[in-house]
Amino acid sequence: MKEAMEKPSSQVKAKVVARDFRLYYGDFMALKGLNAAFPDRSITAIIGPSGCGKSTFLRSINRMNDLIKGTRVEGEILYEGKNVYDPSVDLTWLRSRIGMVFQRPVAFPLSIYDNVACAPRVQGITKKSELDEIVEWSLRSVGLWDEVKDDLKKSALGLSLGNQQKLCIARAISTNPEVILLDEPASALDPIATLKLEDLMWTLREKYCLVIVTHNMQQAARASDYTVFMLGGEIVEVGPTRQVFTNPKDPRTERYITGKLG
Amino acid sequence: MARDAGRGESHGRGAPGRPKKRSGVLGVALVRASAALAVAILVFIVGYIMLRGARLMTPRFLFGSPEKMGREGGIFPSIVGTVVLTLSSVAVAAPLGIGTAIFLTEYTREGLFSRIVRFGTESLAGIPSIIFGLFGFLFFVIRLGMGWSILSGSLTLAAMMLPTIVRTSEEALRSVPDIYKETAYALGASRWQTVTSVVLPAAMPGIITGVILAMGRAIGETAAVIFTAGSSLRLPKSIFDSVRTLPVHFYILAREGISFENAYGTAAVLITAVLLVNLAAYYVLYRVSKRRAGGI
Repeated sequence: MKEAMEKPSSQVKAKVVARDFRLYYGDFMALKGLNAAFPDRSITAIIGPSGCGKSTFLRSINRMNDLIKGTRVEGEILYEGKNVYDPSVDLTWLRSRIGMVFQRPVAFPLSIYDNVACAPRVQGITKKSELDEIVEWSLRSVGLWDEVKDDLKKSALGLSLGNQQKLCIARAISTNPEVILLDEPASALDPIATLKLEDLMWTLREKYCLVIVTHNMQQAARASDYTVFMLGGEIVEVGPTRQVFTNPKDPRTERYITGKLG
Repeated sequence: MARDAGRGESHGRGAPGRPKKRSGVLGVALVRASAALAVAILVFIVGYIMLRGARLMTPRFLFGSPEKMGREGGIFPSIVGTVVLTLSSVAVAAPLGIGTAIFLTEYTREGLFSRIVRFGTESLAGIPSIIFGLFGFLFFVIRLGMGWSILSGSLTLAAMMLPTIVRTSEEALRSVPDIYKETAYALGASRWQTVTSVVLPAAMPGIITGVILAMGRAIGETAAVIFTAGSSLRLPKSIFDSVRTLPVHFYILAREGISFENAYGTAAVLITAVLLVNLAAYYVLYRVSKRRAGGI
């Protein structure tokens, strides 16, 4: 199985690599020694039943689990060859390189402009012309610019949920990251908005390493290059999505995919 | 038959619950009556004072100087005094109160210290205003030698407003969804950046409403003010001058039997001011909630 896990990395350059990564909540081991590689310029889907640790794994990559008291990690998650849990890593830098999009669109009760601009501002960019440029570029990248360019001062909460989620992606890429983590990004969206989001993911794939957690099997099958199947805090199977879905190696993967597990 | 059964069902789970239903009717009638009574009391008080005082609210009364201890003339110095005193107490209390609330919600876990701070501010809320007045008199006026002045009065009022502002701000800050903070952290924001650029703006309408409501209370405060800001009828020139606020003016006019007519006139102005402040609070809340609901 180890081969299969490292297969993606041998084909394309891996942006993020987990090596024997363990995460504990107090005494409870939630992630039990994960090995996986997330290749650049491709979409990797993490699937598995509720509570299998897929979100926890995703949130370990940009160290969001640090916010939860009593978590402890062992092993490594390498970004650009460097362990993100190394004490010398600056969290602001790390999170500007690894963007994140959440389940529900989290548009702040600010204007559309400020919703995007707050991310570069956090990085210390204050020059108006520079911010203008970043906002326009980010909104263009998610295909929202033409729709909102005359309403930049209006509240972001007036946008449809689908557009709010696009706005969140625009915000996530405004700091010019290399990796985008998406935690069930379509779970609050209707089917049409979901398909549009998947289209956007395919566009972003040209430039970024995308990792998406989803409980929607069709979505994983439709919108990913590689699939990681997790169960009970462990990775059961990793491989090209087509192979995982049509010819799974592990019987547990097959049972999950055919709906007999979880 | 079938229809009957259906009707029986639609009347609720308590088929043998006839008495229950009646007590429900009685209960609803009671709460309705309480609500009506509450509104009636308000309308009666406001109406009575307006009936007796509104006709006095002429430009001469509003912008004139008092003559013969307030028996004649206007109340302009008192209006200025009330506005200045209220605004300066807000200028002191708002930053302090909002800062305390930020500390309590964002920078401390529930512990001994936060409990002491919270207990302290809540105890402050329970102290009668005359005690504040006495404290302000002994401490600011005498001990610190500030005399009867806008300064002493506003510091005393600020201490009185503090609990309201702390509590409403704390509530507003706590109601900001955790996911906002999480998102800000995911963008690389530090805790301070998260608070200033996301949490505070999101909580602002609630905080502003709290501050305005506290202001409304400060406008009407009498006991604490008469001891600390004095009762000078002159127009103040600086914050070291004494002023006589509207409620104090009203109190003196009525208490000393100088002029009940002008007392009611003053009360009418005061009530109008308080109503305007409250309306302003609701307007802010309404505007912001409307904008947030999506004014595209």
